[in-house]
Amino acid sequence: MIEVQDVYFKYPSGVEALKGVSLKIQDGEFVAVMGENGAGKTTLVKHFNGLLKPTAGKVLVDGVETTKVSVATLARKVGFVFQNPDHQLFSETVEEEIAFALKNFGFSQDVIEKRVTWALNLLGLTQYRKTSPFMLSGGERKRVALASVLAWDPKILILDEPTIGQDYQQKEKLRQFILQLKAQGKTVVIVTHDVEFVAECNPRVVLMRGGKIVADGEARKILTDPEILEQASIVPPQIAQIFINLADLGFPKDVIDVYGAREILLKAFRRRKT
Amino acid sequence: MSFFDGLRFRRVSSPVHNLDPRIKFVYACVIFVVAILFWELLPLIVLFVMQIPFVIVARVKREWARSMRGATFLASIIFFINFIFSFISSGYVVTLSALEHALSMTLRFVVLVESFSIFFLTTSPDHLGLALEQSHVPYEFCFAFTTAVRFVPVLAEEAQTIIDAQKARGLELEKGNFLKRVRNYIPILIPLIVSAIRRSLELAEAMESRAWGAVKKRTNLYVLKLRRGDYIFILLTIGILAAAILVRLYLRIPRLEEILTGLA
Repeated sequence: MIEVQDVYFKYPSGVEALKGVSLKIQDGEFVAVMGENGAGKTTLVKHFNGLLKPTAGKVLVDGVETTKVSVATLARKVGFVFQNPDHQLFSETVEEEIAFALKNFGFSQDVIEKRVTWALNLLGLTQYRKTSPFMLSGGERKRVALASVLAWDPKILILDEPTIGQDYQQKEKLRQFILQLKAQGKTVVIVTHDVEFVAECNPRVVLMRGGKIVADGEARKILTDPEILEQASIVPPQIAQIFINLADLGFPKDVIDVYGAREILLKAFRRRKT
Repeated sequence: MSFFDGLRFRRVSSPVHNLDPRIKFVYACVIFVVAILFWELLPLIVLFVMQIPFVIVARVKREWARSMRGATFLASIIFFINFIFSFISSGYVVTLSALEHALSMTLRFVVLVESFSIFFLTTSPDHLGLALEQSHVPYEFCFAFTTAVRFVPVLAEEAQTIIDAQKARGLELEKGNFLKRVRNYIPILIPLIVSAIRRSLELAEAMESRAWGAVKKRTNLYVLKLRRGDYIFILLTIGILAAAILVRLYLRIPRLEEILTGLA
């Protein structure tokens, strides 16, 4: 469980990025942190594994204050996949890249071997085992970065902008993948601008603006509230826009995903036919 | 990163910022030459103190202090090496002159950092490029130079992100013996270098698609022109150089021991 208690954070440059944020994320939750550029999303999640320490307030991960332990210790529990895979790839082969963190955490050689094979298989990278990560395409590099974190099986997974530069198919795979992790009881936190992606996943949404949390709740509620979204400079998902405009025909307003919309529309058309 | 912060330019308006960059560069070089002219402590102290008014007038005290702090590590290395060598050469006794020698060598370095820090803190990269260009340096070189200067903070920021990303994968930079610690930096240096190269290729493409170098003869929006303040400043600089040479040639500078015995 992650507990954020009235956290303030100021960068050395003087920019105050978080102004009193309180948040509780339970085990097994799937949370999307959203908001405009510079709202403090990445700053907030960097507190979850201790990369940043609060200027005031407390962050507790499973009851342990992040200021009391090193990032490496926390990282064992909290996996963080950065937005740009090029900020972390350095090894000669994909295999070594994935083994890097495992070596840092002191796993034994045969466990490392097993975990690497498992992670490669999980993300469909097995054929690139001996390839240099620099030879791969952007989307593949992003998957290698993800595999290198998943390999040590962290309890909490943080993904910063996971959908950027991914085509529809990869996004769909990523969605399935996150749901699978959630089913295994893992906590997943994503930072994203991708409203459509969030709409399809329907996680808990934490909406930020100017270093504060302005809304927190089910995606279905938050992504269909034009007033809140306006505040955070987010456009509602396309399906939601349609249903907001159809409200006078008696359709519900809180529809965000294609499948839900299809059901409702089919039902309505069938009723008219009979 | 703190050392780079000391070289980072912030746009403020002050009499020092408004001086012509060429003149400021000449000034920094003159201070450099003068610092090398002397190996006694007293004139170097004068040289150090003399520049503090500039820092105050330019209102860059905080940034300047940070760059000076960044220089302390190298300065202390210089001090120890000089001290140890004069300690050995004077027959394993600590003499006052050995101490003075080590201190002056250190101060010489500090004065150097001080003057160039003032120069970089008060001169915008654009002005710097402009100064080079109008000193008839080929434009390609000017451009390469300004780009390099401009990318220092970008690179510093990127290095921080990479450090964060690797820490999040359990890398502990401060762990292990000296060799291990050096090796710890490989996962940071490789992504940094790769992304710098990638970035430069992208920059080259972006420049070419915006017709870089299409016109042989370039004109500038801003033309550097010497004003009254610049003339006064260059006279001051020449005065410092002349005075320093005169002092070097005709005056005997008291050593530290002489000052101390004179005081006692």
